[in-house]
Amino acid sequence: MKILVALKRVADPDNANKVKIPPSGDRIDTAGLEWKPNPFDEYALEAALRLTEDGKAPKARAGEVVVVTFGPKETEQTLRAALATGADRAIRVDVTDDKLDGALVARALKALVEREKPDVVLMGKQAVDGDSNQVGQSLAELLDWPMATFAATIQEEQGALLVGREVDGGVAVLRVRLPAVVTVDLRIVAPTSVYSLKTARTHKYNDGVRFAALPAIMASKKKPLAEVKLADLTADSGLKVQYHGFEPPPARKAGIKVKDVADLVARLKNEAKVL
Amino acid sequence: MADVLVVAEAAEGKLKKTTHSAVTFARQAAAALGGTYSILVIGSGVDAAATEAATLGAAKVLVAQDGSLGVYLAERYAPVVAEVAKARGIAVVVGTASGYGKDLLPRVAARLDAGYASDITGLVTEGSSLKYRRPMFAGNAFGLCSVATPIQVVSVRQSAFAAADASGAQSPVEQVAVARPGAAAERVEFVSFDQVKSTRPELAEAKVVVSGGRALKEKFNQVIDPLADVLGAAVGASRAACDAGYAPGDLQVGQTGKIVAPQLYVAVGISGAIQHLAGMKGSKVIVAINKDADAPIFQVADYGLVADLFTAVPELTKQIQASRG
Repeated sequence: MKILVALKRVADPDNANKVKIPPSGDRIDTAGLEWKPNPFDEYALEAALRLTEDGKAPKARAGEVVVVTFGPKETEQTLRAALATGADRAIRVDVTDDKLDGALVARALKALVEREKPDVVLMGKQAVDGDSNQVGQSLAELLDWPMATFAATIQEEQGALLVGREVDGGVAVLRVRLPAVVTVDLRIVAPTSVYSLKTARTHKYNDGVRFAALPAIMASKKKPLAEVKLADLTADSGLKVQYHGFEPPPARKAGIKVKDVADLVARLKNEAKVL
Repeated sequence: MADVLVVAEAAEGKLKKTTHSAVTFARQAAAALGGTYSILVIGSGVDAAATEAATLGAAKVLVAQDGSLGVYLAERYAPVVAEVAKARGIAVVVGTASGYGKDLLPRVAARLDAGYASDITGLVTEGSSLKYRRPMFAGNAFGLCSVATPIQVVSVRQSAFAAADASGAQSPVEQVAVARPGAAAERVEFVSFDQVKSTRPELAEAKVVVSGGRALKEKFNQVIDPLADVLGAAVGASRAACDAGYAPGDLQVGQTGKIVAPQLYVAVGISGAIQHLAGMKGSKVIVAINKDADAPIFQVADYGLVADLFTAVPELTKQIQASRG
């Protein structure tokens, strides 16, 4: 199976409360925050690796995992890290972040999919900076492919994937015949979430994503990393969503510590009037 | 013409409450645009949902009924929405950013070659121009954006748009043709829905939410449920509690889980990771109970109680019960 994984780098999501809005309100300043791979995209890569291996012998790839990102030269670090973890090949679409929106990324990915002809496109359900949650769905529509979003489980079948989706009120299971687009949710990296045809159903993965060993990091430098110009993928680089300004969230007034349960109940009743 | 189309959400033939938030947006947007709004109900056997939609003041309720639409699949629903939007010269297509809307609406937008503003928390109008306020970076920044295409697609955050009330009038109901889906629809099959049955209110709609964290361990339900019962609350959980298996995944409150903004939010044994705060910071009154006095949750809590939750929560349950006689 050939899988294309779309990866985005984001400002450290565990310190997202440290983003600053300058007084001009013309941008969101993430200076000082480390770049990290978008967590959901990291999970998508892990799912792609699990789908292209026998869980018992994960070093041998049964198929190909190609990773792609959109960004300037330094985003190649994100790709190299993915190659070190096990991806076979990487593509960087050269562009600056602020000249992108979800629709443009989906258009460009469509052209890339037509070149690469993967069986599956995998990505996170959303990037945790823009929080838009749209590229996977848009790409599937542009390709006229079936999709399964918010995947918590994936089982490979002959020519298809059986996907458990996290939806309101439970888990909905879809069968998508390939090629298809799948976007992943948090629990896709649980020990029994993803099974390729090769992996025994009794196999349990370690919880979370795998880490690259030092030899793999060295070897990743020799893996192919191609650069593609955005203009080679889509002639239309216009943005459909335009930002006019940014503001910080409304501040909450400082709260108090109550001394005991009785104090809490009294305040909820008399002060906050919510009981 | 500058009309708004609300994409209704129906389940088991009934209208879901998520729809009412999109209607509230539609009323505001239609007023600014000088147009009207219609509500599109899609499915099979959705007459009851259509009848309920007809109480919400729309110029029309449009119904797309077909056996092939009995279970929701984006591949089948998106062409229906797009066709209606195009045929009727719709300016703004809106739905609520529930699991359903988040899945469907980007697909609709792509089909219409339209821009998509997702999970918006506010509509800002200047004359007939529409701008959307939307949270980014786990709610640590808000962007003001506009959509530059002739048709705009928008999803609204349910907790930020109050549910629309019935208007008192009855909208005319009109059946519409069901658009032919693309090839994608032939390659996707609904297999099953494993529903988590609960008699509690839905998280996104509850007036009170009691959420538990990993600290509760196997006693999650034993500690949380009695307090939720006495408060008539929905139950939520932190990601850590869900990941550890103490609570089901669909109870997760946070940036990428459910976004809630109840009158009262009680966080039990939740440290307050940024991703969790993003899902509940909009609550009116926040109570935090945690053993660790330095937990970040106390920074957003109106009332903080530093205590062992295994004794404090049962005591709180008992005293609330007693205070109500």
